[in-house]
Amino acid sequence: MPAERRPAPTIRRLVALAVHLGSLLPLALLLFAGATGQLSVNPIQDLTLRTGKTALVLLLLSLACTPLNLLLGWKWALGLRKPLGLYSFLYICLHLLIFAGVDYGLDFGQIGQAITEKRYVLAGLASFLLLLPLALTSTKGAMRRLGRWWRRLHWLVYPAALLAVLHFLWLAKTAREPLIFGAVLLAVLAVRALRSLGAPARIANRSAQPPAQGSEKRHG
Amino acid sequence: MHKIPASEITPEQLYLSRRAFLGAAGALSAAALLAACGGGTAAPAATPLPTDGRTDELGAPLSSFEQITTYNNYYEFTTDKAGVARLAQQFQTSPWAVQVGGLVGKPRTFSLEELLALGQEERIYRLRCVEGWSMVIPWRGFPLHKLLAAVEPQAGAKYVRFETLFRPEAMPGQHDQLYPWPYVEGLRLDEAMHDLTLLATGLYGRDLTPQNGGPVRLVVPWKYGFKSIKAVVKIDLVAEAPTSLWMALAPGEYGFYANVNPEVAHPRWSQASERRIGELPRRPTLRFNGYADQVAALYAGMDLRANY
Repeated sequence: MPAERRPAPTIRRLVALAVHLGSLLPLALLLFAGATGQLSVNPIQDLTLRTGKTALVLLLLSLACTPLNLLLGWKWALGLRKPLGLYSFLYICLHLLIFAGVDYGLDFGQIGQAITEKRYVLAGLASFLLLLPLALTSTKGAMRRLGRWWRRLHWLVYPAALLAVLHFLWLAKTAREPLIFGAVLLAVLAVRALRSLGAPARIANRSAQPPAQGSEKRHG
Repeated sequence: MHKIPASEITPEQLYLSRRAFLGAAGALSAAALLAACGGGTAAPAATPLPTDGRTDELGAPLSSFEQITTYNNYYEFTTDKAGVARLAQQFQTSPWAVQVGGLVGKPRTFSLEELLALGQEERIYRLRCVEGWSMVIPWRGFPLHKLLAAVEPQAGAKYVRFETLFRPEAMPGQHDQLYPWPYVEGLRLDEAMHDLTLLATGLYGRDLTPQNGGPVRLVVPWKYGFKSIKAVVKIDLVAEAPTSLWMALAPGEYGFYANVNPEVAHPRWSQASERRIGELPRRPTLRFNGYADQVAALYAGMDLRANY
């Protein structure tokens, strides 16, 4: 997808590198904390909470890319949606593996009970099941094969993100932190909704960069 | 010979300011020392203490002193369970006084020394947190009924209301306006009089550590941990059921009783199983946390789903 004007390739590459390093950093810190005995005496819960929160942050960052492009003309952010989304999914898989494999020791009776008795587990699982096909169809080949269905399928990321925030809200003892995540998600959804309402002019204008904004940055 | 406790001689404010001065002097010299050594920050010392192979009455081994003193909820300091110990290190547990009043014949204020004189027996209890983790803890203390007997509850007294110290400058979590401080908890009088109900002043044979609610806290082993209020300064006998902090914050989720019950799920969490700290497989949660034989009679005829 060629764009008319992009930041210099080196900057794009640096941003991409920062995304990769930044996404792997929480995992590295977690492994380091585990290896040096800096987790609490309830390490399973630490691992679960930290992988879950990282997954949610990365998912929201991935969703923030499109609004950043719409509002600020940061076209380069669009290329970050996929790596951020896939890294989020990596943490979700770790989160789920720790929950089912370590916390519940693959005891499917207890896991089934947890799903039916803890609504936050149900919300988290539903979010994972919505994101799974998105991760599986994240390749260029899948994009080609699915054609216009790819966009429709990947719209599922929004209900999945809502369920993920709900998952956090329902497990937290106080709502403050989950509501901050919820507010970010709502802001993202609002920008998208406004775009689809007042879209035509904007889309027609899409190739033209918004004037004045950040022009010096593009040269820097 | 009548011993005069230090707390009765020195006015509290003076005592505290003297300690603050000593603390500041200590911090300064420690900082100088650290600077000289180029060292980092010192973690709170968690001395390993022997468990001597002791167990609870069901055969489960004691949680270690380190586990007990580095991981717990104490929102007066922080909502981070692993962060309480560090923030509570400087908390001053002496002098201390517990004011006991309300519907009693002989209201009075107990100094810590007077509380210690009421008895110092060891009780090994399971502690089950509403979050789904548990420990086995060797407390030291005395049954609450000893204290209540000393103040002579009146006929109209039906409940006991407990209150934690409110001192935001010493307990930084109390700056958080989200919570209706001070922490309040309550028991029905017969629950409070039950022999299992303990006022704890010690842990592992030592004085109760500040992060665990020192110098004096309540321990009600058949209820979720949040009922066992920490750093108690006020105990009142009252006619109506007190509203606890958690009841005020989330009335649909935290009831007055909060008995450990695997059959009654928290509205958002199952309580069917728990993780014993230090163990890998989860344990099934026991009715009344394993104390059903002693306490189930207190709730005979009550609907425990409605009275959660």
